[in-house]
Amino acid sequence: MLHSSARRVLAMTMSAELPVTRERADAIAAPPIPARLRRYARPALGLLLPLGLALFWELWVWLGYSNGRLVPPPTKIFATVMELAKSGELTRHITATVTRVGAGFGLGVVAGTILGAISGYWGLARQLLDPTVQALRAIPSIAWVPLFILWLGIFETSKIALIAVGVFFPVYLGVMGAILAVDRKIVEVGRIFRLSGPAMIRRILLPAVLPAYVVALRVGLGLGWMFVVAAEFMGASEGLGYLLIDGQQLGKPAQIVAAIVIFAILGKTTDWLIEIATAPLLRWQDAFGRQSGAA
Amino acid sequence: MLALDKVGKTYPNGVHALERFSARIKPGEIVAIIGGSGCGKSTLLRAIAGLDRASTGTVTLDDAAITAPHAKIGIIFQEPRLLPWLSVADNIGFGLSDLPADIRREKVDRALARVGLADKAKAWPRELSGGQAQRVAIARALVPQPEVLLLDEPFSALDAFTRRDLQDHLLDLWKDTRPTLILVTHDVDEAVVLADRVLVMRPRPGRLFEVININLARPRDRASPLFENFKRHVLTALDRSLDRNIPDADPKSMAGEAMWW
Repeated sequence: MLHSSARRVLAMTMSAELPVTRERADAIAAPPIPARLRRYARPALGLLLPLGLALFWELWVWLGYSNGRLVPPPTKIFATVMELAKSGELTRHITATVTRVGAGFGLGVVAGTILGAISGYWGLARQLLDPTVQALRAIPSIAWVPLFILWLGIFETSKIALIAVGVFFPVYLGVMGAILAVDRKIVEVGRIFRLSGPAMIRRILLPAVLPAYVVALRVGLGLGWMFVVAAEFMGASEGLGYLLIDGQQLGKPAQIVAAIVIFAILGKTTDWLIEIATAPLLRWQDAFGRQSGAA
Repeated sequence: MLALDKVGKTYPNGVHALERFSARIKPGEIVAIIGGSGCGKSTLLRAIAGLDRASTGTVTLDDAAITAPHAKIGIIFQEPRLLPWLSVADNIGFGLSDLPADIRREKVDRALARVGLADKAKAWPRELSGGQAQRVAIARALVPQPEVLLLDEPFSALDAFTRRDLQDHLLDLWKDTRPTLILVTHDVDEAVVLADRVLVMRPRPGRLFEVININLARPRDRASPLFENFKRHVLTALDRSLDRNIPDADPKSMAGEAMWW
């Protein structure tokens, strides 16, 4: 009690100082052009290393220090991508992969959210369900592949099932953990205002759980992209994973690297979409990242 | 009239937190409950709020037994407990969701102005200082116009200046509708500034030890000799409450109206 109050007093004095420093920061950042420059400068800084490396390798091969056969230079990778795009192959492969990830992610999120919510909200269900789920989680998900193929066939269903399994666990754990971690003190505020069960869920639990849920979704999506590759390794005739295997078997490293780059772009883009879509709901968050980002 | 009749609480882990606490508190009265740690002050307050049920005895407000949170009883905790995802205005209006939006907004605006935070309506709770946040919490509790407002060490986390400021502010707000205030505190100064009656508790198990009436006109001057005198009364009672050689007062005489010694 004493400790927490001391900390609070400390936080108070700190927050009392904050507006001053913030004002000072505003005064410094007052001319709009440097502020805008800085906003674009930050992502540019992150691009410096990969672009530099690419440029270096391009020059290295161009100068003849390497034949670039196993590690193709960027122009060759770009040419491969353009070639695939021109023939319509690329769209077909990307569509196949994105569809699989989308379906698997959707299924995994729905199942993980529902079961996670039940486990988090209802103690008896948690005691019944959670040990089994945790045991299943301990199985490396790729180990399911032979079984899924036997059960669901070699085509789309088994692939989507594998991705869904990969997405399910982080979402389940995230939702359950978030519900269990909801501050009892905040729930008490709801009780004092005599919220009904549904109102308590809508007005207290959902907003309190949302930040952790978004993180769980993003982790789940990352795993979804991971598992789509595994799924497409097990006998696919289209998809970015197929491009990888095909490139290996036919000795086309440029095609492999091209597929890898497209994976990176797609993964980053979808992650960013989740971030953008949920940002308005999380504006209230006192996130460290935002603080340092604003500074 | 809020009546506490032999309220006792034993927690499931066997801790005997509160024993046979009785008091009758008139509408509009300000009562401070003071005592060392572990004397069941907060337990008592939570029982009155309906957050935890008493193991024995009853709490009744105007003859209605309190076993769950009640519309006419509000509470302010040690921490502001604002909902971080709601703006300051939405936090204040949290308990008014039954009302139409325009009436709610009007009440919230008035409450914001009343606690001097009209310019913070759209701010997030994290942007407030500790004192401001606690003022929002006070506004949130007062906006539904409770008949009884419970305060659980509401200013103990604040610095001395802010605490004094909020004590005066609380009295000012109290004058609007004159709800019953029951204030748990461990600050003698705060008890004597605010209360009509100070209930001194003694620990293990928590029980009522002594009742001290503060017959001082408001506003009270913290520097006056009379004020000092009352503070000394309370301090002496607190010291005596911790002395195991002094027996409890006769429970029968404690059940009735205030004693004067």
